[in-house]
Amino acid sequence: MVYRERLDGRKNNELRPMEAKTKVIPNAQGSASFKIGRTWALAAVYGPREIYPKFLADPKKGILRCHYSMMPFSGSGERIRPGSSRRAQEIAMVMTKALEPVVDLSQYPNSVVDVFVELPQTDAGTRCAAITAASMALADAGIPMKDLVSAVAVGMADDKIIADLTYKEEHINEFNEESKQAVVSDIPIAMIHHTKELTLLQMDGEISKENLMKALKLGQEAIEKVHQVQIAALKEYFKEGSHGN
Amino acid sequence: MSEILVEERKIVVPGEVLASGLDYVPGENCYREEHQIFSKLLGIVNVSGRVIKVIPLSGPYLPKVGDKIIGRIMDITFSGWRVDTNTAYSAMLNVKDATTRFIKKEEDLSKILAIDDYVIVGIVNVTSQRLIDVSMREPGLKKIQGGRIIEINSQKVPRVIGKKASMITLIKEKTGCEITVGQNGLIWVLGTPEGEVRAERAIKMIEEKSHLSGLTEKIESFLGGNQ
Amino acid sequence: MVTNVKAVKELALLDKRLDLRPFTEYRQPIQIETDLSWTAEGSAKVTIGKTVVMAGVKLSLEKPYNDTSDQGGIMINAELLPLSSSEYEPGPPGIKAVELARVTDRGIREAKAIDLKALCIVPGERAWFVTVDIISINDDGNLFDAANLATLAALKVARFPQVDPKTWAIDYKQKTAKYLPLIKEPVSVTIYKIKGKLLVDPLIEEEKSAEARLTVSIDKNSTISALQKGGEGTLTLTEVDTIIDLAIEKAKELRAVLEQVSLP
Repeated sequence: MVYRERLDGRKNNELRPMEAKTKVIPNAQGSASFKIGRTWALAAVYGPREIYPKFLADPKKGILRCHYSMMPFSGSGERIRPGSSRRAQEIAMVMTKALEPVVDLSQYPNSVVDVFVELPQTDAGTRCAAITAASMALADAGIPMKDLVSAVAVGMADDKIIADLTYKEEHINEFNEESKQAVVSDIPIAMIHHTKELTLLQMDGEISKENLMKALKLGQEAIEKVHQVQIAALKEYFKEGSHGN
Repeated sequence: MSEILVEERKIVVPGEVLASGLDYVPGENCYREEHQIFSKLLGIVNVSGRVIKVIPLSGPYLPKVGDKIIGRIMDITFSGWRVDTNTAYSAMLNVKDATTRFIKKEEDLSKILAIDDYVIVGIVNVTSQRLIDVSMREPGLKKIQGGRIIEINSQKVPRVIGKKASMITLIKEKTGCEITVGQNGLIWVLGTPEGEVRAERAIKMIEEKSHLSGLTEKIESFLGGNQ
Repeated sequence: MVTNVKAVKELALLDKRLDLRPFTEYRQPIQIETDLSWTAEGSAKVTIGKTVVMAGVKLSLEKPYNDTSDQGGIMINAELLPLSSSEYEPGPPGIKAVELARVTDRGIREAKAIDLKALCIVPGERAWFVTVDIISINDDGNLFDAANLATLAALKVARFPQVDPKTWAIDYKQKTAKYLPLIKEPVSVTIYKIKGKLLVDPLIEEEKSAEARLTVSIDKNSTISALQKGGEGTLTLTEVDTIIDLAIEKAKELRAVLEQVSLP
C-alpha cells in the first residue's frame, strides 16, 4: 500500500473546492463558468440557430452539438498547439452524448444548439468539468431539459477508491520507485440527477468489477455535491441583491 | 396525498420537483414522471388551480401566427425578400404582402427594401417545419427608418410591454420615444439620442430584473422626472 | 446579432455615439486581472465594457535561430473563439484572428519590449522562447486594445519555470521568482473613423460601421513603435496626425491601468 492519504489531504469521497457562476459571456444565449480545484471550464451556448452544413439538419428536432477545447496555456506542461486533437473531438462527442438524453429540442426542427467549452487551466477531471459547465449553460439559455446533468471523475489510486482525482493522483505510479506498482484507474461519470442514470461512463486503467461498482456508488454520491453547486449558481444570479439587483 | 413542493414565484431549475401526487397537472414547461411533476426549465413557478407551470427566465422565440416581429432583410429573391428573424428560422416576405401598390415585374425590389433594412412585420403562416411567411400590409407594419434596434430575450417581452401596455407606455412617456416591441425580442426605439439611450437602459433593466418584485417602482425611479 | 450600423453613422454625423460616450473615452472601468491560469507561466484577463480577452504566456527552451544565435524569441498568437461571439466559427484562425495576432506581435516585437538577448542561455544552443496566446472570451468591440493590454499584463507577471541545470528538463509546476525581461511596455491604442469622425474604444456595432482604423503602439516616451491601418476606407495625413496625438494621450491612461498590475 503506497497511497496512504490523499496528496491534498482530502477524504476519499471529498471533492476539491468548487466555484460556479452563470451569465459570464454576454454575447451567448447562456453561459457558465465551473471550477473544481484547478480545473476550470467556460461554457457558452449559441442557439437554437440555423444549422451549417445543411445536410446535418434533422427535420424532427434540433441537434445538440458540443465543442471542447483546451487553451494553449492550460496544460500542466508545455504549451498545447492550438487546433483540434483527436482527444478533443472524442471529448466533444461524449459530452454531447452525456447531455442529449436530457435535452428536448423537439420544438426546434432543423436547427442546432452549439455548446462551446474552453478550459483556461486544467488539473484532471476536464471532461467532467466541461459537462457540468455545459449543463448549466444550457439551463441558463432556457433550453428545455428534463434535468441537469452533473459529472465527476472517480477512480482508484493504489488501493483507495476516491472521488475527483487530480492530475497527480491519475499519475500516481510515476511518482517514485515505490509507487510504480500502484494500480490506477480513472473513471469519469456523468449522471442525470433525479433518475441517477449514467450518461457518461469511461475508464482508463485497471480495476476489478467489485471495485468498479464501489467506485460508481461513491461517484453517484459525490455527484450530488456537484449538482448542489450547479443549482446554487443558476439561482444565484436571480437573487435580490446580486450583481446590482 | 398530493402536495405542491415549491412556492409560487420560486425560481426552479430543470429537474426540480414541483409537486407530488396525482392531483396536480403539469402545464407549460413541466412534465410528469410517475407521481412527481418536474420543471423542464430554469424559470419561475406559477400555480393556477391544479395546473403548475414554469415561466421561462430566458429562452428561444417560437414564431406564432399573429405575432408582430422585427426582422432584418437578409436576401432579395424573385418573389420578395428573406427576413432574418433573429431565430433559427428565417421568414419569407412576398412582394404582394409588402405593399398595396402594384409592383411591375422588372421592378428592382431592393429599391423598396434593401439588404440590412429592418422591418416590422406580422407572421401570417408558420409550418410544422417552421417555415415562416410574414406580411407588411397591416397598419403599423412597415420599413424601419431611424432610431435603433435593441435586442432582449423574447421571454421578457411581456414584462417590457406590461399589463395593458402599462410598462411600455411609462417608458414612452418618460423618454419621449416611439417604441415598437417585436415578439421575437427585437425592439425599435426612436427618439432623441439621449431619450433612446434612457429607454434602452430601462428596457435592459426590465430584462435583468423582471423576476423581482417592485419592478414598476424600480423603473419609475430610474426614469425619474421628465427627460 | 443586431447591428445598428445606420444609427451609428447617423449619430456620428451629429457628433454622438450609440452609448453617448465622448469620442475620446474608453468604457470604464478598464479591468486587468492577472495570474488566473496556474498552468500558464503568466496570464491576464482584460475587461473593457463587455469585451473580455485573456492572454497566457508559455515558455520553452529551444535552439536559437541561426541568424540570431544569441537571442531567444517571442511569438504572439490569437484565437477568436466561437464562444465569444456568434460571428466566429470553429476551425483554424481566420484573417481577423491572424491580423489581431500580427498587430499585437508587431507592437511588442518592434518596440523590443522583451530583451531577447537576456533570454539566451547558451548562444547557438539554448534560449528561452516565449509564446503568448490571446483568446477572446466575449467580443463587444476593441479586441485590438484589450488584446494588447492583456498581452503586456501577462508578460509582466510571467516568471521562468524551474529548469534542471544538468538535463535542461523544465518543471513547469515550479515557478522561480525570476520575471521575464520585459523592458518596455508599448501600449496600443486603436482609433476608428466613422463618417469622418475619429473615436476610441468602439463597440462592436461601431467597428462594423467604421470606414477605417489605425492601431498605434506607443512607448513610455511617446515613441511610436508600430502602426497598422485597417478597413476599406482611407486616412488623410491630417487624420493620421490627429490620430497619433489622440493615441499618445490615451496611451497614458492605459499605461496607468497597466501600472496598477501588481507582481505576484
